[in-house]
Amino acid sequence: MALRNLMTKKPFAGILTFRQQLRCVQTFSLPDLSYDYGALEPAISGEIMQLHHQKHHQTYITNYNNALQQLHDSINKGDSPTVAKLQGAIKFNGGGHINHSVFWKNLAPTREGGGEPPKGSLGSAIDTNFGSLEAVIQKMNAEGAALQGSGWVWLGLDKELKRLVIETTANQDPLVIKGPNLVPLLGIDVWEHAYYLQYKNVKPDYLKNIWKVMNWKYAAEVYEKECP
Amino acid sequence: MAAANSLSLTSAFLPRHGFHGPSHNQNVQLSTQKKQFARKAVSGWASPAWNFPYQMFSVSVLEDALEPHMSSRTFEFHWGKHHRAYVDNLNKQIDGTELDGKTLEDIILITYNKGSPLPAFNNAAQAWNHQFFWESMKPNGGGEPSGKLLELINRDFGSYDTFVKEFKAAAATQFGSGWAWLAYKPEDKKLALVKTPNAENPLVLGYTALLTIDVWEHAYYLDFQNRRPDYISIFMEKLVSWEAVSSRLKTATA
Repeated sequence: MALRNLMTKKPFAGILTFRQQLRCVQTFSLPDLSYDYGALEPAISGEIMQLHHQKHHQTYITNYNNALQQLHDSINKGDSPTVAKLQGAIKFNGGGHINHSVFWKNLAPTREGGGEPPKGSLGSAIDTNFGSLEAVIQKMNAEGAALQGSGWVWLGLDKELKRLVIETTANQDPLVIKGPNLVPLLGIDVWEHAYYLQYKNVKPDYLKNIWKVMNWKYAAEVYEKECP
Repeated sequence: MAAANSLSLTSAFLPRHGFHGPSHNQNVQLSTQKKQFARKAVSGWASPAWNFPYQMFSVSVLEDALEPHMSSRTFEFHWGKHHRAYVDNLNKQIDGTELDGKTLEDIILITYNKGSPLPAFNNAAQAWNHQFFWESMKPNGGGEPSGKLLELINRDFGSYDTFVKEFKAAAATQFGSGWAWLAYKPEDKKLALVKTPNAENPLVLGYTALLTIDVWEHAYYLDFQNRRPDYISIFMEKLVSWEAVSSRLKTATA
């Protein structure tokens, strides 16, 4: 078909079409963790980290790539019903990939600074916006505990208003769903798969312990980039 | 063991399906509420008539009854912690309110509030959903439906195999937490597959529930981890109680 196009009356348009057909959909792959699966123990077990990373996150990526390919094909065919139908799978699986990619970075072993409170401009912003770090932790834990079903609790930055926010999102909705100017600084996965093997139904214990491996350095880097 | 057993919830299905055994109800107390409502006869799940104070079903549950397909460990947490918490919290929420004294189904419909749920909805619906789930299973379950149920499945899905395929797909693709249901629509007298998020159930759609599978991760994570499709397959092959489903259909179409 590409050759036929090249030989049409409009060879230039034909070449463009050929080039467009060469353009592939970008595929995503599982990011590596910068620590071993067991390095966050005892806060989060190695068993959970391995399943969470190798199975759950990988599945979101696999399904996201598939959905994007299907979207690409249906756009090319002008198949609008399929384009519309795919939005749910893209939001869910793409969101899963986005959220987990942030999550691995916002955790760190204690010997690499996990749990160390933020200093610098993020530390000050926390005090200004919430009064204290304890207040942030308390609020995030309360929201995480109260979240029904599956979802995430976030510490975010509104980069327009330069203000910190605490938000929850349902299922795999990324933080940006709650506001186009919101950037995630820290997220806590409160899907049951994030804690069940270790903490069972006692979600509050998971929420209490995850702060011991919270990578505030990452959050501060993101904050300082948006609020130099 | 709850002594004043005029308030025991009996089920048409559990005794037949052998959910007997040493009492595991030592933690299930009759509420010490002053009001004691007479419990209406429970004539199957089409219209459970639970009254306040709601209880865990008092029929003794042998936690390993569904082994090896659903572990006793899962039961210990799913029934003993999750389900129990919904019931306990519901009782606390409605005590002394105008929901006090209503049937559980009425509470669900009232608190659903046409899609903007009120605080008690989650606990009420989840208490109902879990009870319904336990009674959708039996030891040595599985097999295939028969009689009127099979007739309707063939009529509305084309074949039993197609139904199974679609039910499994619904259960596997309920994003996040939720439930998959086979339901009966009284309006057009047809069967329907429904998947619902979190605590929602087909009652709020005006349907009669016939069968459910819990696809919250806590339902399968200890036994299957991320492998929800494997859990769904085992449920269909080894756990589902077609007698329960048929009975519910009979009541719905009576």
